[in-house]
Amino acid sequence: MLPGVNHGVLPASHDIAVSSTRRALYALGLFAIASAAFYGVFSAVEYPWNWSGVWQYREQFFHGWLSTMGLSLVAMVVSVAFGFLLMLGRRAPWLPVRMGCGSVVEVVRGSPLLVQLLIGHYIIAQALNIDQPLFTGIILLGCFEGAYLAEIFRGAVESISTSQLEAARAVGFSKAQTYRFVIIPQALRRALPGTTGQLVSLIKDSSLLSVIGIEELVQKVKIMNAANFAPLEGYLPLALAYLVVTIPLSHLARRLEGRFAYET
Amino acid sequence: MKLETHAVTKRYGAHAALDGASFATGDEARVIALLGPSGGGKSTLLRVLGSLLVPDDGHVSIDARVLPHDEEGALNERRGNGFVFQGYNLFPHLTALQNITLPLREVHGMSETVATQRALELLHRLGLAGHEHKRPSQLSGGQQQRAAIARALAPKPRLLLLDEPTSALDPVMTGEVLDVIRELAEAGQSIILATHEISFARKVADWVVFLVGGKVQESSTAAEFFTRPQTELARQYLEGLSKYR
Repeated sequence: MLPGVNHGVLPASHDIAVSSTRRALYALGLFAIASAAFYGVFSAVEYPWNWSGVWQYREQFFHGWLSTMGLSLVAMVVSVAFGFLLMLGRRAPWLPVRMGCGSVVEVVRGSPLLVQLLIGHYIIAQALNIDQPLFTGIILLGCFEGAYLAEIFRGAVESISTSQLEAARAVGFSKAQTYRFVIIPQALRRALPGTTGQLVSLIKDSSLLSVIGIEELVQKVKIMNAANFAPLEGYLPLALAYLVVTIPLSHLARRLEGRFAYET
Repeated sequence: MKLETHAVTKRYGAHAALDGASFATGDEARVIALLGPSGGGKSTLLRVLGSLLVPDDGHVSIDARVLPHDEEGALNERRGNGFVFQGYNLFPHLTALQNITLPLREVHGMSETVATQRALELLHRLGLAGHEHKRPSQLSGGQQQRAAIARALAPKPRLLLLDEPTSALDPVMTGEVLDVIRELAEAGQSIILATHEISFARKVADWVVFLVGGKVQESSTAAEFFTRPQTELARQYLEGLSKYR
């Protein structure tokens, strides 16, 4: 997922040559192998499954899923905005701004989200008198993923060749116009694969928000498992509940990449 | 137009691409060719003359008007010029038509209809009818360069600056592009051209500036430069280039 590495290449172009029936057969075969392996592992440990408790909690589960998706969506907007600003900051003409934004990126990327959430919620938010764990959580999650996005965006922007920047100056574009009409449209496509990967991570990382008391999906499942004395049952539907969103998201990104594709 | 530079210096790190370059053309120069060996400073001088680069030292004047060195002033200056580069430098995410209309709308304040009309007129004149909606990657090198010339001409620039416009093209495409440039020169467009095509320069240029090592070795009318070069360097350069032509 290195930004700027796969530009200029049409994604997965070698797949076109393979017929669709063949693809379906391969998919079926792989699915059968995976199912057999999965079944083998689970039957080997002889765990006493108890699914009735999980079923009773289906509504709670659904509400948890909705709040996970809702807060992830807001955090995505925060992360893209924060990542974009950090990227601009790292390219600023004034050195202190560049150094400051660079340090923020390194510190945020280099430390665990768990620690950031605990310090952010119990110390910074308290000091600022903010008593809204959901608000704090969304901002912290958005900033954490935004620091990664900043680097993805920076890689994409810096991969735009100097001859393009010169052409933009030559036709008389100002700095802002150069970003708007030349850099961002071209960088967008190069940043897309990395960005989707990061947004998928964001959805998964949102599970950590349970440590500051937000009742999202993981928290609901923990409550459900405890109430049923069933330590594991909730986690399988949990995984499915994430996959149901993350896989279509990746798929959508690949289609968007295809639409933005042009040779450079 | 009278073009003058005074001790223009432009450094890249320790290397001086232009090292105190000074020259003055006659009052009526219209098609000026910048000639000289590679690395001599032609491209850098062309960019300084067009305000795409601001010199570290010295200054440039056009008809006794000194070019500004501040970013705002240089931007305004650039907006009155048209540039064509060796590598075409079209915007790859836009069609040929959009490459021309976008600057017309955003920089020169034309409406969509007027800009499209102007762009189509130029594309047709330069032999690109039927290619308006293609992206640069779908065009040949010669077509891309003609589209780039159309983009540079669209806002009716005072000065058209071309930096080795045919160096990346094969002989057939070179011919196509040189035809276009000659027509423009004959139609009265003011042109500054950095090139290695000396037989072309001999046909269209009325003034020649000859650069070696970041310094101007010679500045004279084209007729004089090609028939009676003053310096030994220029004589060697002309002999070397005309050996196989």
